[in-house]
Amino acid sequence: MDATTVLADINGHIATIGYGLAAIGPAIGVGIVVGKTIEGVARQPELAGRLQVLMWIGIAFTEALAFVGIAVGFIPFS
Amino acid sequence: MTGAPKLEPALFNLAATLTTRLAADGGEFHGPSMDEFFPEILFSVLGIPVHRIHLVQFLSVIAVVLVLWLGTRRMRVVPGRFQSLVEMGLGFVRNGIAHDLLGRKDGDRFLPILTTIFFMVLFMNITGIIPFLNIAGTSIAAVPLLLAVVSYVTFIYAGIRRHGFRFFKNSLMPQGVPGFALPIVAVIELVSTFVLRPVTLMLRLLMNMVVGHMLLVLCFAATQFFFFTAGGGWIALGVPTLAFGGAFTVFEILVAVLQAYVFTILTAVYIQLAVAEEH
Repeated sequence: MDATTVLADINGHIATIGYGLAAIGPAIGVGIVVGKTIEGVARQPELAGRLQVLMWIGIAFTEALAFVGIAVGFIPFS
Repeated sequence: MTGAPKLEPALFNLAATLTTRLAADGGEFHGPSMDEFFPEILFSVLGIPVHRIHLVQFLSVIAVVLVLWLGTRRMRVVPGRFQSLVEMGLGFVRNGIAHDLLGRKDGDRFLPILTTIFFMVLFMNITGIIPFLNIAGTSIAAVPLLLAVVSYVTFIYAGIRRHGFRFFKNSLMPQGVPGFALPIVAVIELVSTFVLRPVTLMLRLLMNMVVGHMLLVLCFAATQFFFFTAGGGWIALGVPTLAFGGAFTVFEILVAVLQAYVFTILTAVYIQLAVAEEH
């Protein structure tokens, strides 16, 4: 069985695999954002409030990619 | 080996009973699907079809109006429990978002729209975990789309009001970019500022609510299946799915509040970027 037959045999809900791939980047990104915020708060605890606001903004921008990943799974391709 | 012929029909019977049991009254496991968000139309008003999610949206609008009206109707200097809760919410948007990001003057100018967005998103999200409603008003595209358009128009209005036509020049051509890179930067800025901002605002809220609902339905549908359809030893598997469902319900409360906060704070950030002075 060569590669093309295997590819032809794959069916079902392939979008889930696409979402899994799309979630890798945002996962790493959110991890970095939160980790760096914790580092920053550990160094300067008095800035915690300001850093948390920035953290949420950063997370919101990063995780948007994951949600685009979910959304494209529902776009019907013919 | 006289027992074998007897055992085989017994096994066969058991298998047959199990299969019929699993298949009884649609006894196969039904996972959640996108049909959840396109329910049957209940009735039409002036030719506009209304379904279950629309009713949930109406209900949450009535709830937010009632809560804010009752909470601020008879203001006392020493607030009661209910009034202090409403004051906490309103104060959070004013101090935590508007004044913090936009400053006192601009913050007060845009406070009404930020407050509206925050409470509308919050009340429409929270219906996702209220028993018997069980679906977020923001889980169909219309509401997030409307709010994203409102946010989009607001930050463009804020920019034009402050800088006039220079707003578009400022946002498309940032200072300090060398001449040869300017066309590329302009295209990237055009796409990211004027296309991706509203699209991601809408998608973030919509997909959070859609996915949250799917997870809850998956957990509770599995619990129902294990407890009542499969029965027997399967009940043991229903306990963890029920626990997961409970945990995700708590998580959904967090997500509902967080998404309201994120939507409002991003609108504030976009306004802030639009009114910022170029150096």
